[in-house]
Amino acid sequence: MSTLTFDKVSRWYGNVVAVNDVSMEIGPGVTGLLGPNGAGKSTLIALMAGFLSPSAGTVHLDGAPVWRNAGIFRQIGLVPEREVAFGYLTGRQFVQANAELHGLPDPGAACEAALATVEMSDAAARRIGTYSKGMRQRVKLASALVHDPGVLLLDEPFNGVDPRQRMHLMSLLTRFGSEGRTVLFSSHILEEVEQVARHVEVVVSGRHAASGDFGAIRRLMTDRPNRYVVQTSDDRALAAALIADPSVIGVVLAPRGGLEIEVGDFGSFAVSLPRIARGLGVRLIEVSPTDESLESVFSYLVSS
Amino acid sequence: MNPTIVRLSAQALFGRRRGLMMLVIPVVLLALTLVVRLLTEPGTAYTEIVGELGRDLALPLVALLAATAVLGPEIDDGSIVYLLAKPVNRWSVALSKYAVALGATLGFGALPVLLAGLVNDAGNPGTAVAMLAGAVLAAFTYSGLFLALCAFTRHAVVAGLLFVFLWEGTLGNLLSGVRWLSVSAWARDLAAAFSDRIDAAASVGTPYAVVAALVVVVGGVAFAGWRLSTFSLTGET
Repeated sequence: MSTLTFDKVSRWYGNVVAVNDVSMEIGPGVTGLLGPNGAGKSTLIALMAGFLSPSAGTVHLDGAPVWRNAGIFRQIGLVPEREVAFGYLTGRQFVQANAELHGLPDPGAACEAALATVEMSDAAARRIGTYSKGMRQRVKLASALVHDPGVLLLDEPFNGVDPRQRMHLMSLLTRFGSEGRTVLFSSHILEEVEQVARHVEVVVSGRHAASGDFGAIRRLMTDRPNRYVVQTSDDRALAAALIADPSVIGVVLAPRGGLEIEVGDFGSFAVSLPRIARGLGVRLIEVSPTDESLESVFSYLVSS
Repeated sequence: MNPTIVRLSAQALFGRRRGLMMLVIPVVLLALTLVVRLLTEPGTAYTEIVGELGRDLALPLVALLAATAVLGPEIDDGSIVYLLAKPVNRWSVALSKYAVALGATLGFGALPVLLAGLVNDAGNPGTAVAMLAGAVLAAFTYSGLFLALCAFTRHAVVAGLLFVFLWEGTLGNLLSGVRWLSVSAWARDLAAAFSDRIDAAASVGTPYAVVAALVVVVGGVAFAGWRLSTFSLTGET
């Protein structure tokens, strides 16, 4: 059981602040590191793995500093976002080399066990250069698992992976978490995190925006005010009815037609809108959110 | 030294196109030497072919290709993180990569100097062996220097070419003081110490040449190890 501890960690590059005063603890189980692209997720993982020095603050693994401490890799398995560039090696050669570098007593057996865990034994004799994206991710995971680490750090492990292999990777992470390992993976996709992690750390623009149980953060995200543009067959009739609905905060008749609706409770609105429209005999031509981007969701989290 | 790093580095060196380019250089040198030998008397243009072309040009180019192949791409694309995310001493990684680069430079840079000397003037094997001694010193030194360059800059190939052509080539011919900081001048000195037929020109002295080479080798490997120990993984911020 291992714990990674961030204590008031900042990291900046010249005038650009990549990580700003982050304090958090990552313990056993699966933790999702959630944030939009450019939020600082990769920087945080590099700091956790000792591949980046904090400009301020400290990062410890079970009390030991991680920066310039190669010994931590006995406990840590790292799956970086960047691709394996050893395309001229077979999957087996690559994983075996990782086992040897860890100084394991039986690197061959460890290699085969790791390949079996990620279900890559059959393709292990092929060169990595011939692998699909999902296979490369799995062989990277095998190389990180080969020494049976207590901590697994994965940077955007599901990027570019097809749905079937994504499900497989997700089930592996869930299994590792239930075995008592400290598993942290980063993602900018809410649904990915939802399926694997119960605990999430949210980062936005280098700041630690939220931390805790996924359900609570998800409710915070979905309960925020949302804006929708609705094209209808009778804007005024629908606007009059909607303003009386408690889920709606405001309605504006758009100059070019249609309604701009601000919604306080997305869940109720999703039920009310079609019911009200049907009751009035108004046809809904288009319903589209105006600020559903993850960035706007995260911005809301930061300000709340 | 780490045998796994040595094996991976050798595969990186010979598993890519750059490895083939490294073979082309000695082949061209030996072919040229053979043509000159067939058309002229033994010993003709010995210094120009074996010394200037073989030792001072072909050998540093091979060393540059080898050093940049074993370390450069992995640092450039960040994939060295897969080797460094292990409880392995960083200086051991640097030393292992140095050993592979050195082996390739000795095989494809220094050995062809000996062969070129024997082809050009088979009647004087002692001179060819003396040339080999200088080439071996150059192989050790260039490998350390270029490994450090790879660890220092992404533009190691350009920096290395500038060192060989501008510093040692052009400025070395114009300014005699350059010889104190010129690997090829040190190699020439050592070769001259083994054979009277080799002209050392403006000598720096064999002890200086050997000590300076040693400093470059130790310093180069130590610097590369230090750079690896402080390697930063940067991705999206």
